[in-house]
Amino acid sequence: MIERKRTLSRRSFIIRGAAAGGAALLGGCDQLSQSPSFRDMLNRAEGLTEWAQRLVLSQRSLAREYAESDISAYFKPNGSTRVADPEYIRASQNGFADWKLRISGLVERPGEFSLDELRCLPSRTQITRHDCVEGWSAIGKWKGAQLGPILQSVGLKPDARFIVFHCADKLSFFSNYYESIDLIDAFHPQTILAYEMNGAALPVPHGAPLRLRVERQLGYKHAKYIQHIEVVSSYSDIGDGLGSYWADRGYEWYAGI
Amino acid sequence: MDSHQASHDSNGQHARVFVHRHPLAVRITHWVNALCLLVLLLSGLQIFNAHPALYFGETSEPDRAVLMIGAEQNADGGYSGVTQIGSYTFNTTGVLGLSNGPSGQLEERGFPSWLTLPSYRDLATGRRWHFFFAWGLVLNGLCYLIYAIWSGHARRDLAPTRNQLRHIGRSLREHLLLRFPDGEQGRGYNVLQKLSYLAVIFGLLPLAVLTGLTMSPALDAAFPFLLDIFGGRQSARTIHFLCALGLTAFVIVHVAMVLASGVWNNMRAMITGRYSVPIRETANDRT
Repeated sequence: MIERKRTLSRRSFIIRGAAAGGAALLGGCDQLSQSPSFRDMLNRAEGLTEWAQRLVLSQRSLAREYAESDISAYFKPNGSTRVADPEYIRASQNGFADWKLRISGLVERPGEFSLDELRCLPSRTQITRHDCVEGWSAIGKWKGAQLGPILQSVGLKPDARFIVFHCADKLSFFSNYYESIDLIDAFHPQTILAYEMNGAALPVPHGAPLRLRVERQLGYKHAKYIQHIEVVSSYSDIGDGLGSYWADRGYEWYAGI
Repeated sequence: MDSHQASHDSNGQHARVFVHRHPLAVRITHWVNALCLLVLLLSGLQIFNAHPALYFGETSEPDRAVLMIGAEQNADGGYSGVTQIGSYTFNTTGVLGLSNGPSGQLEERGFPSWLTLPSYRDLATGRRWHFFFAWGLVLNGLCYLIYAIWSGHARRDLAPTRNQLRHIGRSLREHLLLRFPDGEQGRGYNVLQKLSYLAVIFGLLPLAVLTGLTMSPALDAAFPFLLDIFGGRQSARTIHFLCALGLTAFVIVHVAMVLASGVWNNMRAMITGRYSVPIRETANDRT
């Protein structure tokens, strides 16, 4: 009887101890999640991931391209699905006929491109899989102007290192969406400024009139509603300085996984 | 696993012998691995909660989900948590689909806050934890594999002997009766232990890593065959989830066996290396 009582109290001690330990562990993990120095340590894995993925990726390795029959019946428009900016609304009402893409920054010949001018540039059509950071995937067909030849035509200055895409949409009240990629991705053959999706003009929920396709990274890198491309040597002065709307909010700048 | 010393109880009846059971490299990699797996499971469930559904194939067509967790509004205006597996639907209010969040209020979420890292909804931070500890798991696993093969640990301690395989039925019966081998047989791993460790080390863990890598659009471009092996990105995601489930089941049985076969002795063996084995009178002569 005494023996039984002792084991019971020991068992309840262990169970209570485990529950308290578990609660302390979870609370401790939440605290660690918010500690800047601990976050800095966790974030170092991103550099390792980028280094390792760039080691195994050659400039020519293409994201898989699929058949017409693989195109998803439903492709979720994620993030912004419309734009409140009055200038954008005016441009959209006449089919973006007067709309212009501006290219500035560390380029020899800054300039503007109309949608018709972009359509006359070397284009690429690709049926690719879009992988959202949330976990879902959808296949779509994209047609657009290759970014590499555009950058060559405007001429990059020697200290150009990143291509920044400034967008018309706001996901939060104050900040416009923006995204940036380095020159490795900018000159990849599948990196295009898409103006068509599934054989029709790019719909507004998917980023009309122009969105980025950077096929070897996650969906949030594929900036929609592009208005202005800026070539920079560093993105530290843009937004909160981490290179993209979502990087400023804790996500990886290099979104290869 | 050499014996160091033998000791006798005061009454001299139950003799025990201390053996050096786990080498230092195995002890270190075991605990690093345990920490990594715990963080990877909890942060993985945070990531899963961003899209609490699973599919087979390349894409996530909404009507072809094999698993879906969410909340539904009832006729009376209240909500319930619903888990759909294939064509079966279960009410899982309180645990899956609808549960109390960190603030104590009911919220729609796949897995409950006490199973996710962080406890509140934060995909970005969950991913930071997950990839840091994924690197930890892979680098630690590589250290272990190099050691296990180079030192002979895999061949000597993990590969079952022909004799063990012949008596697998008896080992199964002993486990079900929670009777564990003593004497010479108690020094090393028994056959069920060996087979389950081999399945985890050379099966589940590499499969979890490879299916995780297949979810990367960059690595799919570098190694397109990954998509063919696993049948598409969403299949890889589903298999990754099943691996996590399998590893969790393994850990539960593993910890239960540790508790049943002497928690302090097992813990000491995995911390200091020293493991005490009860010896029979016949085996006594040897020490």
